[in-house]
Amino acid sequence: MVTQTLIMLVTGVVAGALGSILGLGGGIIVTPVLTIFMGLDIKYAVGASIIAVIATSSGSAVAFLKDDVLNLRVAMFLEIFTTLGALLGAILSGFFHATVLYFLFGALLIFQAWNMWQKLRGSKTETVLAQSDPLAEKLELNGEYYDKQEGKTIQYGLEHVPGGAAVMFGAGIASGLLGIGSGAFKVMAMDGVMKMPLKASSATSNLMMGVTAAASATVYFFNGMINPVIAVPMALGILGGSTIGSHVMQYLPARLIRKIFIPVVLIMALQLIFKGMAVF
Amino acid sequence: MAKDMKQTQDEKNLAHMEVLIGQIMRIGVALALAAMLIGFVLLCLNPHANTQPFPTRLSGIWQGLITWQPLAWMMFGLLLLIFTPVLRVVVSIFAFAKIHDHLYVAITTLVLLILCVAIAYGYHAH
Repeated sequence: MVTQTLIMLVTGVVAGALGSILGLGGGIIVTPVLTIFMGLDIKYAVGASIIAVIATSSGSAVAFLKDDVLNLRVAMFLEIFTTLGALLGAILSGFFHATVLYFLFGALLIFQAWNMWQKLRGSKTETVLAQSDPLAEKLELNGEYYDKQEGKTIQYGLEHVPGGAAVMFGAGIASGLLGIGSGAFKVMAMDGVMKMPLKASSATSNLMMGVTAAASATVYFFNGMINPVIAVPMALGILGGSTIGSHVMQYLPARLIRKIFIPVVLIMALQLIFKGMAVF
Repeated sequence: MAKDMKQTQDEKNLAHMEVLIGQIMRIGVALALAAMLIGFVLLCLNPHANTQPFPTRLSGIWQGLITWQPLAWMMFGLLLLIFTPVLRVVVSIFAFAKIHDHLYVAITTLVLLILCVAIAYGYHAH
């Protein structure tokens, strides 16, 4: 038991730090460790993973009293769609066989790696939308933030609000079904579809992940899918790790971290898919 | 022009409210952390409690809390942690109300309602 507790604690610190640095839920690290290295039932792994997402989100939230980059209005407006999706996903998770979850999670990790690869290859200069959707104006979604790296205030507008909302609904379903934060989907909706600057998208995604995960976490909690002996040491590690991570992030080149992360994510994806195939 | 000035003032008030949200979040996370640590220390003192089934209903957790059961304290801490993002939504409603942003009071309240439905579903479907 001592060994298991130590593994969970260390996994938590790593997952929390990396999760807050990369703007991911941390579940992406926790789930493979639990299923592949510790041979846990995927149901418990999913339960622990959703706790990881909340701990990463809340841990990063308390690292700074106020995050100047995040957009509270965008977060709350899009949260309508992610929480609805998360509720649906959590209900559906009762009807899916675990094998399907392995494949879904593996496919999601490959998507994640591809997404990061795209970001690495993408142009370094960020284009900011000056004009915006009338809907974005009506909902007061357009915002601004002070970019510490560039040393200036960046004002931005948003477009394709309904499209972004639709992707958010999908992100919510993935979150409820797989017990992940689906940060990659959330950033995709804001940065990719709605053309919100990447930094604002990541910070807003981090806030949203916690709220979305809370919707499905209670379902898992009362269903007995969250085992305290596994989840508590991990959550303690993550709270520490994500607080450190959000401070350290400011001094690290994101491109370097992505380069290290892509092969790791790919290997874990393949391992999960093979595990899923072994069941047949 | 007057409208612009008022808007800037409202945004400043929102920024001020966000600092308050941050402080309340810190208290919430600290409480969750404390309960989890108490449970964790209790478990280290009595490792045999590990073999017992962990409580998942509120009544069972409450019973365990008053008798200092390690797993009950750990579950209580996890539950508090799960509620920290919900706490942020609740405080945000008051923040938007304070700056008279009625649209966002409505939107954030809707988010809270969906969360409540999800929580109620989670508690009753098992």
